[in-house]
Amino acid sequence: MELIAEIVVTFLLLCGAYFGFVGSYSLVRLPDSMMRLHGPTKSATLGVGSVLVASLVWMPVFGGIVSWHELLIPLFLFLTAPLTGNFIAKAIMHLSLRPEDLPKPTTGGTWRTYGHDSRPPVPETEGPNEK
Amino acid sequence: MIAYALWLAFAAYGVSLLFCLYRIVVGPTIPDRALALDTMTVNVIALLTLFGIQHGTTMFFEASMLFAMLGFVSTVAFAKFVLRGDIIE
Amino acid sequence: MIRRILPHPFMTLMLIAIWMMLVNRWAVGSLVFAIMLGIAIPLITAPYWPDSARYRRPGKIPAFLGIVVWDIIKANIAVSRIVLFMPRDQLRPAWISIPLELTQPEAISALAATITLTPGTVSCDLSEDGGSLLVHCLHAPEPQDVLDEIKTRYESRLKEIFA
Repeated sequence: MELIAEIVVTFLLLCGAYFGFVGSYSLVRLPDSMMRLHGPTKSATLGVGSVLVASLVWMPVFGGIVSWHELLIPLFLFLTAPLTGNFIAKAIMHLSLRPEDLPKPTTGGTWRTYGHDSRPPVPETEGPNEK
Repeated sequence: MIAYALWLAFAAYGVSLLFCLYRIVVGPTIPDRALALDTMTVNVIALLTLFGIQHGTTMFFEASMLFAMLGFVSTVAFAKFVLRGDIIE
Repeated sequence: MIRRILPHPFMTLMLIAIWMMLVNRWAVGSLVFAIMLGIAIPLITAPYWPDSARYRRPGKIPAFLGIVVWDIIKANIAVSRIVLFMPRDQLRPAWISIPLELTQPEAISALAATITLTPGTVSCDLSEDGGSLLVHCLHAPEPQDVLDEIKTRYESRLKEIFA
C-alpha cells in the first residue's frame, strides 16, 4: 500500500514539475504575445493541479493527516484559468492588434473588444516601454 | 524516492519563477508582464504545496488559497484597467 | 415551489461542497450549516442572477467533463512537445472564427472555457451579436480541421446538454 502510494506521489510530482516547467518555459521561448498565452493557461494549471493531487495522496498515507481541502485549489484554478486567459487575450487585442489583423466574425459585425461601446484601439503595435 | 522527486520539483518550479521574472523584466508589452505575474502566482502556489509536503503539514493551504484568489482578482483587475481605463465602472 | 426556495440548485450543491471542503472534517453540524448557507446565499443574491441556465439533459454533464479532462491531459502533452522541440520558424499560429449554434450565455461560456483548456487553442473574443467566437491556435497547419473538431467534439455535446 505504501509502495503504491509512493509510486503515485512520485509520478504526480514529476508530472507537476514537467508541466510547470513547460508552462513557464513557453513564456520565454515562444515569439509573440498571443502564442505565449498558450503555455500558462494550460500547462501551468495542470502542473499545479498534479502537485496538489500529490499532496492530497501524500497527506493521509505518510503525514497521517486526513484532509481534502487541497482539492479546492485545483478546482478554483481550473475555473479561473480560462477567464484569465480570455481577459489577457482581450488586453492584447486591445493594445497591439487591429481588427484588420484578425478574421472577420462569420456572422458579421465586429468583435466586442472593438465594438462601439469601447475605446478605439491604440494604433501603435509596440508596448509603451519600447519607445 | 519521493524526496528526490520533491527536490526535482522544487528545482523545476524555481527555474520557472526565473523564467517568469525574465518575462516581467523584458516585457515587451504590458499584457505579457501581467501574464508572467499570473504564472508566477501559480508557480508560488505549487512551491507552497511542495513545501507543505516536505514538512508534512497542511498549514500552508490557507496561504496558497489566498495566492490563488489574489492572483486571479489582480489579473482580472489589471485586464479591466487596460480595456476600460477604469477598474470599477 | 421548489424554484422559489432553490432558485439555483447547482449553486446550492456547489456551495455545500465548497463549505464542507473548507471546514475539512466531517461533522453533522457543519453539514447543517453548509445546507443553511447553500439555501440562504442563492436566495439573497437571486436579484443579481435573474435567469438561470436551462438544461435539457443534465445527465450528460459527467460524460462531457470526462472527455474534457482527458483532452486536457492530451492537450498538455501535445503543447509541451510543441513548446520544447518544434523549431520556431515551423510554428503556424492561426486565428479562426467559429460560427456558434449555441445561444445561451452559460453554454457559450462553457464552450469558451473548454476551448481555452484544450489542444493548443485559446478563445479570445465574441462578436457583437454573440454569433461567433474568435479562437487563436498555437500550431494549426489546417485551421479548418481545428474548427471541425471543436464543432463536432464539444459544441454538439454542449448542444445536447443545454436546452
